[in-house]
Amino acid sequence: MLRLEKLVKTYKTGDQALKAVELEIPEGQVLALIGPSGAGKSTLIRCINRLVEPTSGKVYLGGVELTGLSSGNLRRERRRMGMIFQEYALVERLSVMENVLSGRLGYVGFWRSFLRRYPQSDIDEAFRLLDRVGLAHMADKRADELSGGQRQRVGICRALIQDPALLLVDEPTASLDPKTSRQIMRLICELCKERGLAAIINIHDVALAQMFVQRVIGLRFGAVEFDGPPEGLTPDVLTTIYGEEDWEATIEKVDEDDAEVAI
Amino acid sequence: MPVQDLKGRKVWQRRSGRESLGHWIMWLVGVAVFAYCWQQISASTTWFFVWDAPRIAEDIWTRATPPRWEYITQLGKPIWDTLNIATLGTFFALILAVPVAFLAASNTTPSKLFIRPFALLIIVSTRSINSLIWALLLIAIIGPGVFAGVIAIAIRSIGFCAKLLYEAIEEIDQTQVEAITATGASRWQVMAYGIVPQILPAFAGIAVFRWDINIRESTVLGLVGAGGIGLQLSSSLNVLAWPQVSLILLVILAAVVISEWVSAKVRGAII
Repeated sequence: MLRLEKLVKTYKTGDQALKAVELEIPEGQVLALIGPSGAGKSTLIRCINRLVEPTSGKVYLGGVELTGLSSGNLRRERRRMGMIFQEYALVERLSVMENVLSGRLGYVGFWRSFLRRYPQSDIDEAFRLLDRVGLAHMADKRADELSGGQRQRVGICRALIQDPALLLVDEPTASLDPKTSRQIMRLICELCKERGLAAIINIHDVALAQMFVQRVIGLRFGAVEFDGPPEGLTPDVLTTIYGEEDWEATIEKVDEDDAEVAI
Repeated sequence: MPVQDLKGRKVWQRRSGRESLGHWIMWLVGVAVFAYCWQQISASTTWFFVWDAPRIAEDIWTRATPPRWEYITQLGKPIWDTLNIATLGTFFALILAVPVAFLAASNTTPSKLFIRPFALLIIVSTRSINSLIWALLLIAIIGPGVFAGVIAIAIRSIGFCAKLLYEAIEEIDQTQVEAITATGASRWQVMAYGIVPQILPAFAGIAVFRWDINIRESTVLGLVGAGGIGLQLSSSLNVLAWPQVSLILLVILAAVVISEWVSAKVRGAII
């Protein structure tokens, strides 16, 4: 459903963030992208919806090639890719409802959005989503009044109301406490399952990734070093991705976590 | 080399010997320049007038007090004109400053190479000329009166408002803009949802701040014939009607105090 072909990004400073990345994601697959800071994880997902312009290579979403699209067509394709951000990236001074509805901006005209006259069907969907993530009573609050976990839920609603086929998720739990992190990851994965969405989730927390996803990609210096199921993340593999470290503790922790989740 | 080794002991001083000598010479030169300037100014001052100043000031004070209170009936209209000049001038300035600010901010300008320098030029040129001079020019062009005052205030304020606003635009949180862009929003929608909510408090603050300044500036515009209470002030000064002058100054003071109070209230409410 999503296919990257020889995707290269070289920044103006000469840093090569992505080195000919090849990746194919089938319909409905949730994938975790792990790797050290600066490995190019953020760049990779931003090159897909072209918040960052790739230097060369191709990105196919369904049958459409994205890197060569004109700005109008790119906007239309961006509607099919919901994005969830590390620091939530809500518009702080707008209400929760406005933030959720902003996910429909690609579908409504300027004046309708400017005057906040969204179609009733969009508003129904917004309430449905807010209810699904447990924030229906917060619709009228301003975004900056919410806690971190609540904000990220609003961010998830904003991405889902786009009716996307693919979710691009950039460090969704980096600024959340461990419990909320798990809840958010679980929510994202459940919603992907419910709606049959594919997702690429950038994540630092290897243990958390292993708990929830079907497939893990390890990125190092802009190149794919590992591609396989979460069980395949042995200490050796983690050493090739991150460098030398005692990995036994990390992996043991995963086992405990799994036990806890099972209860 | 502030750290010295004296018999195995480390001694720290703020400056090395050479540095403190340099400092001492700098001060010497500074004092010499000051003394020379003082002498020059003194030579070109008519000291008689300076020694005479307290007596003259006292003379004007006795002439100016008490203010001619009944003159207040003639000041209502001019002070109203002054308020209108300030308010309308600020209003027009803001309308023009918003697009200029968006063109000047490095993260929203359509072209950093061609349009941004042009917008910055507008900001610098309108800011660098005092509103009194703008008024003089405009009176020559569109004739004396309130309208010239409004335009003078507006032009003078564009640069100020646009500068503060474009700085606010450059300081916005870019991830919010990214998030809106990622939804497939158009350029204008990104502006309305990603940028405008972030700069709205700054915009309101700038508006009342400039309005407050413009009240003070517009009180003097009448001196050159651009309407408002300054007109009364200059005609009273011309006929040496000191009691009227003192009353006008009191009225201006009251207007400025009130405007300052209002703008403080408004800013407090927004932030």
